[in-house]
Amino acid sequence: MNFPLPELQATSAANPWSYLVFIVIGFAFGYVLEIAGFGNSKKLAAQFYFTELTVLKVMFGAIVTAMVLIFIMVGLGVLDYGQVYVNTTYFGPMVLGGLIMGVGFIIGGFCPGTSLVGLVTGKLDALFFVLGVMVGIFAFGETEWLFDIWWQTSGYMGRFTLMDWLGLPTGVIVTAVVLMALFMFWGAEQLERMFGKRDLAREPKLRLAGAASLVVAALSVIVIGAPSNAAKYAQIAPVKDAALANREVQIEPAELFHTMYDDALQLILLDVRSEADFNLFHLKGAHQVDPAEVISLAPELIAHAAPNRIVVVMSNDEQAATAAWKVLAAEAIPNIYILEGGVNNWLTVFGQDDPAIQAAATPTPDDLGFAFPAALGDRYTSAAPSLIRYEHLTYTPKIVLQIQRDKTGGGCG
Amino acid sequence: MTTLTKSPRAGSPTWLKMLRQRPPKDYVHPYLGGFLLGLVLFAAFFLTGNGLGASGGLNRYLVYVEDMFFPEHVDRTPYLLKMAGGDKDPLDDWVVMVVAGAMLGGFTAGWWNGRLKIETNKGPQISVRTRWLMAFIGGAFMGYGARMARGCTSGLALSGGAVLSTGAWAFMFAVFGGAYMLAYFVRKLWQ
Repeated sequence: MNFPLPELQATSAANPWSYLVFIVIGFAFGYVLEIAGFGNSKKLAAQFYFTELTVLKVMFGAIVTAMVLIFIMVGLGVLDYGQVYVNTTYFGPMVLGGLIMGVGFIIGGFCPGTSLVGLVTGKLDALFFVLGVMVGIFAFGETEWLFDIWWQTSGYMGRFTLMDWLGLPTGVIVTAVVLMALFMFWGAEQLERMFGKRDLAREPKLRLAGAASLVVAALSVIVIGAPSNAAKYAQIAPVKDAALANREVQIEPAELFHTMYDDALQLILLDVRSEADFNLFHLKGAHQVDPAEVISLAPELIAHAAPNRIVVVMSNDEQAATAAWKVLAAEAIPNIYILEGGVNNWLTVFGQDDPAIQAAATPTPDDLGFAFPAALGDRYTSAAPSLIRYEHLTYTPKIVLQIQRDKTGGGCG
Repeated sequence: MTTLTKSPRAGSPTWLKMLRQRPPKDYVHPYLGGFLLGLVLFAAFFLTGNGLGASGGLNRYLVYVEDMFFPEHVDRTPYLLKMAGGDKDPLDDWVVMVVAGAMLGGFTAGWWNGRLKIETNKGPQISVRTRWLMAFIGGAFMGYGARMARGCTSGLALSGGAVLSTGAWAFMFAVFGGAYMLAYFVRKLWQ
């Protein structure tokens, strides 16, 4: 099993039970919010007058609990972090929106999730709050066009984790977050003692054991470390090897050619051949990458994933390209393909444009099968063949855009 | 609205009285609440790759109604188009299911623990009507801010925080910052 389950990454009529799973998750969410006291606006607002810091304790308690469990599972290779939705970072709208929400929180006494729980348990203030939220959401939908560019771009960092920001290993960040949360819990208890006259001696001793186990769990994330790329591929090997064997991901030169001219698609061409071969000849727009360096492209490709982006890897034939494809597949990069037959096959189809390029013998399968009069790179005509000349090339289309998760439509998370 | 059927009133039928018969219990300890909420959040990420959410679900319910009455307007507004343009169904989304489940779960917890009660929670210095008005205004700020930030306390702070999104952490501190900055000036509402 490979988590998260692919069938559950979105609800779909093809899997009617996926709706049920999300309802059950929601049910547990609402139930826990209620028993924690989040249906009561006085309890929520007390947070901001230091008398009862339940909001902070529950929120940070939940965050650190979920975080250590998630990253232990990621470290063990059971959960694929690349498939976990990490909220895309837009600093501008997130900070301004957060400040506006802070104002709403202290005036209104709820946040959207807690107001729903208040509403269904009969709190009339929650009813008015939910009506207000609806008006606010409506107003945003109607005014977003006024500042669309700011909203779409300000502080945009893509998938940007604390690990990317600070350049530290996951385990270190997880431990630091746990320690920060424990410090905040300690501070919260001191504030409650001073402002809320809470008797700390009556607090359950069990909470100290809980704090200790959190630290141990966080340290174990450091010890476990991150799963290797090969281990990640081994998990998905049955599916991916079948796709390779059935030639579902090897696209013909003609399909790649048409994709190059399709303005609706973002195409990234990765050429994993040697620099010498690359300098002799390469496709226009291709980037030369050393096979050992392919893995280092993964964070960037994940951070700026777009539903219309296609990555095509190529070598002289397919051997090196297939190896690079596996590396990227293990990192859960969506929409990756291999140029069928590699650059040699490309030149077989389009090489007639350059009479100077002559076919040559290939000592090993993944060698360049052509001889070039000069290292002109992409300045050969066949590096970017004419669209007019080859308009009617036929091929079996294989590119299928997989939209893994489109959150722009307003999933709150 | 689902709530209207769930609001017990004076002189209500017996089945509504039964909903309120259970003895009221205390809320759980905040750390236990946090731990349990963390387990739910982990389960959501582990099984589905998505966290939790609330305002996104409310957004989609609202867009569904908008699309029913003004489909042309929805098709012309880029922000709404993504959810309900053409023949897209804004309700066919995981977060809609989560929100529906959360309302069921909250209701069940309130009933089981004897906390179903029509009431208005407010500070001692303000009238019930003032509290309602403030709740409405605060809600409007919340709704607007949540959509601007692309998530609310559940979907962005909680979910994004647990998977270590930098933007989510910046957002979280902004929410607390905004509330603390204003708290002193509106203390009459609560104290």
